[in-house]
Amino acid sequence: MLKKLFSRIRDGLAKTRKVFAGMFRFGRRVDEEFLQELEAKLIQADVGVHTAMALVDRVREAYRNREVDENLLEFLKKELKQLMALENDSIAAVEESDAEPINFAPSGPTVVMVTGVNGSGKTTSIAKLAYRFKNQGKKVLLVAADTFRAGAVNQLGIWAERIGCDIVRAPQSAAGSPADPASVAHDGCEKAVARGYDLVIIDTAGRLHTQQNLMRELEKIRRVVGKKIEGAPHEVLLVLDATTGQNALQQARKFAEVVQCTGIILAKLDGTAKGGAVIAIRRELGLPVKYVGVGEKAPDLERFSADAFVEGLFQ
Amino acid sequence: MFETLQKGLTEALRKLRRSGRLTESNIRDGLQEVRRALLEADVHYQVVNDFIRRVTEKAVGQQVIRSINPSEQIVKIVYDELVALMGPVDADIHWSSKGPTVIMLCGLQGSGKTTTCGKLALFLRRHRNKRPLLVAADLQRPAAVEQLQTLGEQIGVPVYVESNATPVQVCRNAVAAADELRVDTIILDTAGRLHVDEELMRELSDIDRLVQPNEVLLVVDAMTGQVAVEVARAFNEALELDGLIMTKLDGDARGGAALSVKAVTGVPIKFVGVGEKLDRLELFRPERMASRILGAGDLMTLVEKVAEMQRMQDEEELRRQQERLAKGEISLEDFRRALSQMEKMGSLQEILQLIPGGSQLVGELDVEDTKELRRLRGIIDSMTPEERRNPAIIDGSRRRRIAAGSGTDPSEVGQLLKAFNGMRPMLKQMAQMSLASRLKALAGLGTNPGVLAGLLRGGRGKRELVPTKSYQQRMEERRAKKRKKRKEKRKRRR
Repeated sequence: MLKKLFSRIRDGLAKTRKVFAGMFRFGRRVDEEFLQELEAKLIQADVGVHTAMALVDRVREAYRNREVDENLLEFLKKELKQLMALENDSIAAVEESDAEPINFAPSGPTVVMVTGVNGSGKTTSIAKLAYRFKNQGKKVLLVAADTFRAGAVNQLGIWAERIGCDIVRAPQSAAGSPADPASVAHDGCEKAVARGYDLVIIDTAGRLHTQQNLMRELEKIRRVVGKKIEGAPHEVLLVLDATTGQNALQQARKFAEVVQCTGIILAKLDGTAKGGAVIAIRRELGLPVKYVGVGEKAPDLERFSADAFVEGLFQ
Repeated sequence: MFETLQKGLTEALRKLRRSGRLTESNIRDGLQEVRRALLEADVHYQVVNDFIRRVTEKAVGQQVIRSINPSEQIVKIVYDELVALMGPVDADIHWSSKGPTVIMLCGLQGSGKTTTCGKLALFLRRHRNKRPLLVAADLQRPAAVEQLQTLGEQIGVPVYVESNATPVQVCRNAVAAADELRVDTIILDTAGRLHVDEELMRELSDIDRLVQPNEVLLVVDAMTGQVAVEVARAFNEALELDGLIMTKLDGDARGGAALSVKAVTGVPIKFVGVGEKLDRLELFRPERMASRILGAGDLMTLVEKVAEMQRMQDEEELRRQQERLAKGEISLEDFRRALSQMEKMGSLQEILQLIPGGSQLVGELDVEDTKELRRLRGIIDSMTPEERRNPAIIDGSRRRRIAAGSGTDPSEVGQLLKAFNGMRPMLKQMAQMSLASRLKALAGLGTNPGVLAGLLRGGRGKRELVPTKSYQQRMEERRAKKRKKRKEKRKRRR
């Protein structure tokens, strides 16, 4: 099982692996040229200048004028993992546990709120989550609280149909003005309690983290849900596009601040994108990556594993 | 950030002052800061290195002009080089000489193609007098067709939809139907795809070959990281791009991807998306992008906006108003006019974000500005002309009437009047300033946002305004004075 998981993430990072291949030829001297090459690779994986330089410095200290050996790769992995988790055992615990990294409610429905900037892949990620938990025998309810983007409700509706789970939408408003997302979320929670759903997944409209009023709206959804169901939302997941560069940290910071994110879904890790920005997010915000999206279909959602991620980087 | 860059440069270049000449060795340290800034802005690693090499060459041997700071001079060289790299501006579309012009939009998933299609259609109709047709060729993403239909409805542009057809067929049939539909510009919304997805990339080349669009535009998310280069290269190889559209520039991403993509493909950036609303598509300006990548506020846009506002106002009226202002005879009528001008300029947040350091200010202000402005105007609209000229006559009863008339609370009317009185001296002062100093004063609001925040927020019981220290101090002093006076009065009575 774990092997399969490793290999899938590794496949997703296939291109990244190519980037690192060849560099770690045994017997190659660790000189400035090598270090520069290393820096280039790291930056191209979007890990950020700060992380790249810190890593290069560590290698320079430990390996100056020695030759590349199998230990160097191990050394880099160790350093990177340390940078990623930074002695934060709780993150590692969440990610390495066999149980799903979702804080299930002891009784009654568990509410998962999904947020993110425009186009990060929220709706697709929700479909994947729904598919995953439905297959685990849970009764899943989707809530279409993205009342802003044209077609968003339909998009989620089509997914619900494909997966075979129920969905709550806003009642058709007469004036054609978008419904209040908080009230849709409220209705969803009400239905979930009344009909005994296990899991409620709330889709929210994409918003740039710099839009204060929209961020406040998100805060309101959170509040409303909390009033309806004790302890809800049990999870607030931020969907992050793996192709995003250094702005990812800003996004995560703002969303964490406003809606107290509990974790990240790293979407679109199926191309050449490396998602290196996650390293800084983990280090600075202590947010675990809970799932990674590795394709366009419903089953293409995997648990994140720091080991597999780093391994993928260097293989 | 720009300040940080400047500071880092100054530090690194201190020894340069003595030499009086920029040499390779003494600017290398300085340029490290530039390099770091560019990398943090997500400019591609290779592009950064090439760029730094070029700037070094340019800068070496230049005389340090004594009057200006060498770091400023380097920033200037860097800035100019950035502008040169991202320019020249070429926002023209290759219009078809006969028959309809076909524009194809492509890009990764979630880059903003569908929304941009709507924006582009609106832009071409408004500014180029075109009759556009939107074509729903994204048959991949669930409900993408519905999304485009809704957008078309919103802007009153027809949308071509066909079920049970391949994307290639949809595009071909749409072009064939152009005459019948009486449109002259056809915008193809293609499905988002990964540049490494060979099958889907082939589909794009098929559309390209069979429909032969006049213009192929790549839509790039401003937040994209290092992968932007690879994406652009792959799309350019498959399709021969004619231009780029950068989206989501209304966020705080520095948008280094723009530079990367331009450097790699040589294809001009034509438009930028700067907001969620469908009219928020602008022509690309390399100068603005350069300062954004370097981390400077977009002062030029601000200057333009202010200039535009001034143009909108009748010259004569302006002069009269200035005179009245200078004399301190400002009425709520003037105030109301100022408010509508602010509305016309766009949201205050937007404007403040253009000022260096202004984005922090936006956080402090935290206003739902346009709505708030309209509300304030509503209050003034509910006053009689007499009340507007002489707000002093507004008593409790009038206040209640005004509140009822504008659908507000009497306390809000009171807040407005209070804010207006507080603004008076400031407005008077502003009237005597030149445009440049007015801008500076506006930027200087950062040190005293209390006045403006109080004015705009008006207090709806949501959150109390947080006056800055100096304002609080002033009020405290005033109160202390009154207390003292009262005490003395009481003493005298005794």
